[in-house]
Amino acid sequence: MEFLSPATWEEALAAKSARPDAVPIMGGTDVMVELNFDRRRPAALLDLTRVPELREWAPDGDRLRLGAGVPYAVIVDRLADRAPALALASRAVASPQIRNRGSVGGNLGGASPAGDAHPPLLATDAVVELASVRGVRRVPAREFYLGPRRTARSDDELIAAVLLPAPAGPQQFAKIGTRNAMVIAVASFALALDAGRRSAGTGIGSAGPTPLRAPEAEEFLAAEFDWAGGRPPSPAVAQEFGALVAAAARPIDDVRGSAAYRRHALSVLARRTLGWAAADYRREMAACG
Amino acid sequence: MTTPTPRTPVPVHSPREAPSPVHSPREAPPSPASSTPGGVGSSPRRPDGTLKVTGEFAYSSDMWMDDMLWGATLRSPHPHARIRGIDVTGAVRMPGVHAVLTHEDVPGEKRYGLEYRDQPVLAFGKVRYRGEPVAIVAADHPETARRALDRVRVDYEVLEPVSDPVRAAFDPDCPLVHEAGEDLPPAHPAHHRSGNRVRYQPVRTGAFADGATAAEVRALADVVVTGEYQVGMQDQAFLGPESGLAVPAEDGGVDLHIATQWLHVDQSQIAPCLGLPPEKVRLTLAGVGGAFGAREDMSMQVHACMLALRTGRPVKIVYNREESFHGHVHRHPARLRYEHGATRDGRLVYATAEIVLDGGAYASTTAAVVGVASSLGLGPYEIPHARVDAYGVYTTNPPCGAMRGFGAVQACFCYESQLDRLAAELGLHPVELRIRNAMSEGSRTATGQRVDMPLPMADMLRRAREMPMPPERAAAGPVDVRALPGGVANTSRGEGVRRGVGYGVGLKNLCFSEGFDDYSTARVRLEVVGGEPAVQVHTAAAEVGQGLVTIKGQIARTELGVERVTVLPSDTRVGSAGSSSASRQSYMTGGAVRAACLAVRARVFELVRAAGLVGDDHPDELLGLAGGKVVSGARGVLVSLADLLGASAVEETREFRHRATEMLDPTTGQGASHTQFGMCVHRAVVDVDVDLGLVKVVALDAVQDVGRVLHPQQLAGQIQGGSAQGLGLALMEEIQVSGSVIRNPSFTDYLIPTILDVPPMRIEVLEHPDPHAPYGLRGAGEPPTLSSTPAIVAAVRAATGRPLSRIPVRPEDIVGIERD
Amino acid sequence: MTEQTHEIRLHVNGVPHTATVPARRLLSDCLRHDLGLTGTHVGCEHGVCGACTVRLDGLPVRSCLMFAVSAQGHEITTVEGMAAPDGTPHPVQRAFRECHGLQCGFCTPGFLAVVAAFLEENPDPTEEQAREAVGGNLCRCTGYQNIVRSVLRAAELAREHPGAEPPGAGAAAEGGRA
Repeated sequence: MEFLSPATWEEALAAKSARPDAVPIMGGTDVMVELNFDRRRPAALLDLTRVPELREWAPDGDRLRLGAGVPYAVIVDRLADRAPALALASRAVASPQIRNRGSVGGNLGGASPAGDAHPPLLATDAVVELASVRGVRRVPAREFYLGPRRTARSDDELIAAVLLPAPAGPQQFAKIGTRNAMVIAVASFALALDAGRRSAGTGIGSAGPTPLRAPEAEEFLAAEFDWAGGRPPSPAVAQEFGALVAAAARPIDDVRGSAAYRRHALSVLARRTLGWAAADYRREMAACG
Repeated sequence: MTTPTPRTPVPVHSPREAPSPVHSPREAPPSPASSTPGGVGSSPRRPDGTLKVTGEFAYSSDMWMDDMLWGATLRSPHPHARIRGIDVTGAVRMPGVHAVLTHEDVPGEKRYGLEYRDQPVLAFGKVRYRGEPVAIVAADHPETARRALDRVRVDYEVLEPVSDPVRAAFDPDCPLVHEAGEDLPPAHPAHHRSGNRVRYQPVRTGAFADGATAAEVRALADVVVTGEYQVGMQDQAFLGPESGLAVPAEDGGVDLHIATQWLHVDQSQIAPCLGLPPEKVRLTLAGVGGAFGAREDMSMQVHACMLALRTGRPVKIVYNREESFHGHVHRHPARLRYEHGATRDGRLVYATAEIVLDGGAYASTTAAVVGVASSLGLGPYEIPHARVDAYGVYTTNPPCGAMRGFGAVQACFCYESQLDRLAAELGLHPVELRIRNAMSEGSRTATGQRVDMPLPMADMLRRAREMPMPPERAAAGPVDVRALPGGVANTSRGEGVRRGVGYGVGLKNLCFSEGFDDYSTARVRLEVVGGEPAVQVHTAAAEVGQGLVTIKGQIARTELGVERVTVLPSDTRVGSAGSSSASRQSYMTGGAVRAACLAVRARVFELVRAAGLVGDDHPDELLGLAGGKVVSGARGVLVSLADLLGASAVEETREFRHRATEMLDPTTGQGASHTQFGMCVHRAVVDVDVDLGLVKVVALDAVQDVGRVLHPQQLAGQIQGGSAQGLGLALMEEIQVSGSVIRNPSFTDYLIPTILDVPPMRIEVLEHPDPHAPYGLRGAGEPPTLSSTPAIVAAVRAATGRPLSRIPVRPEDIVGIERD
Repeated sequence: MTEQTHEIRLHVNGVPHTATVPARRLLSDCLRHDLGLTGTHVGCEHGVCGACTVRLDGLPVRSCLMFAVSAQGHEITTVEGMAAPDGTPHPVQRAFRECHGLQCGFCTPGFLAVVAAFLEENPDPTEEQAREAVGGNLCRCTGYQNIVRSVLRAAELAREHPGAEPPGAGAAAEGGRA
């Protein structure tokens, strides 16, 4: 196994171009498990931990450009106000040690449907920045996940960053696990309200072959939510929103939970996060008003 | 040849007291008053503690020799298959590979077994579970060894797995896991072995003993509750995977450094397989990274020795976590059916139980587990008419054997669930119903055994009920999600969360049962080192984390009045100590150390007489050892040990046995089969998110009678650790097996409790001495593992109203979604 | 094995080491096998149990999820390097020994690494904070109660002897310019 350890981003892109089969590795929290379990024997590894650019974050127009290697711990500690749903999800990732190493780029690279970062990226309409020696392109997260562990990234590309729109309303994230720490999601859900556009974004994790959106639930909520006053959604609206989210999921039975439970749990999480988001919405209105 | 990482004797100098976490309403006067610091009843630091916090303690996986090879094991990919042929030529040819061995290379007996020799060293004829060892390799690097496994070709004829234990128990047409005509040793005649049954044990008392039918007995009761229960397969999940280092010796024998629970029973199984006399198979205990029953059966012991003897080089084998899940026995999963009848005023009239325990592919300790499940299947209750039928069966599922609680855990969940159902039917508080039917000293168990030691069950239940409750959840104000089910995963801010309280009581046999000749051996040496008296204690007992190494030193200090005690490493140069299981080592090896110390004392007193310091008629009772001196009640200090002994040493070896027990009658199940009984009562308080099925245990408080506290701090550690394992079984721990294949052999998906799942625990310890036991002590490690599970499930039932007849309780079960 | 190997230099417990390893050699295996530092334990090889936790530039990380080659240029602290240069045990080591915060002890080095880092950032934690800090480490023996006590006791000991604490290594290198 070859080990490539570029010191700069340019070197990294060149290396990936020369060895498209090289598996990029940042925190290692996903890739290494596969290697240690002998599920994967890549011909080459591309160690990105020495590339400083990947650990940077900065404003990019209205958005926050978050380097693909920024550890979850930093997102929790420093970026909760700029990326609330992602920060909530980051806090629920594994363990403190994993949060010190793991990053959104790793989640996107592995594209496991159970990755905690995916639902917030979908719900907030984040954009994934891909780079290669051919240039840079930006792909909306909503078009990034193509199939089971398959993404829009080409073999010669690396994930450079994600671009997170400035929050335009409350964001929520919730995750089901059967233990109170260090657990892979049985199901997870993110919700982002955009007061300016009067739209809602959703993201579903661990309940389908890829991370999913619930477009009908989003449209329903955009139409039904009290954008002017943020009144608590009626039980009927909350119920329907939950049902639409559950209907959008495509879960299976596995060792972590049954498909039926996953759908059920998603409907509950959808109702609850909606209630919390509405309460936050009212609070923000009151604060501004 | 260099020696393995040295394991120097662990000195037990200058013990320092640590604060005791145990609230101990002492109800009995302490037996021998000890003034020696660090003696029995105090909490000296564990002698291996410094090495364990500095990283110097050598676990079996840390053993190292410069010229050693690495072993690896080829395991069956099928749960049930006939082996048509094995071709190792591809592996043998690989550079770096030194040996590739199959069943044909086993020098002696081809099978071994803890109680019944039915398990092949390496599979021949058939494989009976997925992960069964088929071939072993030694190579100069672990990676090379693993690659070599890929080149061993095994031709399998795949057979239908025998996955359903109930079918294995009762369907005469079920295929046999061990086919007729296999050359197996005869089974114990009292075990009713037939078909796939390893053992069937009935128990009958009262009208059932006279042949009454269930219908006839049912007529005696006003209220009847029935239940069908299921217990999933729990894993011991010790953190230090199986490992060992075998070193070939010049005499043609082998030295094995191994993490095990019982050195001598390993030796007695390894030697025949190697075709060697036992004295040529020498075992030394390497550091043990937890055990909990999983190291009572052997894993790679014979394999490492075979490879070492074949290659003439030391061979180390270390399992990884996935291999560990296939490499040791688990707790028996069980299907159980219960019926209880009571009078309107809450007196139990009768109870029946049918218990099917899935033993998996090989017998391991299944027969003994059946003995416990049948004899304790109805728990610590006075029941006039009892009927229990317990079956242990072969299937092609992963083999099951010992785990903390050993056959009593499965039954305890059920009888406690039954008592709760009955209490609900009768409109009684669950504690009140239990008190009305509680056993006490003088009661007889369902097997007719008289409880001839204190059993303050009613008092313990009252104490548990009266313990302070955790604060209620705040109805208003800011919400801290960390305190709620789901925690930082942010699933609730109080929505759907309901609190419940539940109780559990468990009765566990302590020490070995059913006529087993159980003993432990200790050698104690008293001599003068550097002008000071010093004691060496040598046993073969396995320190697995429980702190026996501390206890041995405490007993020596108390009995010999000497502060400086060294506990030698455990090995087979001294007689067997028996197993570090069944909560028995404080009792048995503690008893042996005490007996050896008393023999040393008697020798010292002879020296005192021989020196003319007292008259020949001076009775021993008036003599004592304290502060390194011989004292007489009448005359004070007679002589210092340093002066008395000079350059000579006093050394004594003693075997200690507990009182004899009986086999259960094969027809009626009657017999005084147990040595001692232990009991723990738990009260659990839980918050349940009833919409999502998530649980947060808020409090898990315990009352346990331990007869006599030897080390308050270590005792608390046993109760807390056992309670947490019971919590795991209640809420999350299950090896999921389908089609006889383990679906979650990793810590990603086999969940054990984290610190955020285990609540603060309040512990109340009672000390009613058992007159038959050394110091009056009672084994303490297992009872908490029984009672915490039903207490937690009862609390979840109270919060949800769901019947919850299966453990672990899954979110699906709480929200009422069918699974499986 | 004819796998390509790398000559690496690791800085462990203040001491420079060199080793020749293939790229896939885990940091945990390198510490244990190549450098003989067997105090770092491997319990699950997939980043769950936390027994292999070491400090990398002060931050606790799972050494089973990191390649040895990636650890070059970083300061690694293992359990063997926690004591003061004169051999005085670290307050966290003392507390775990004193409070019976271990039984079999296999998980202990990982806990020690996490707790030492935690207390440098939070010298006076509440019980709740202490629990959360070790939420990523599994212990199968103790039921965790004495581990909580050990964390709080370690904080006490560190406050009593502030000089005994090795200098905090600070947060990981970050390129943040928020």
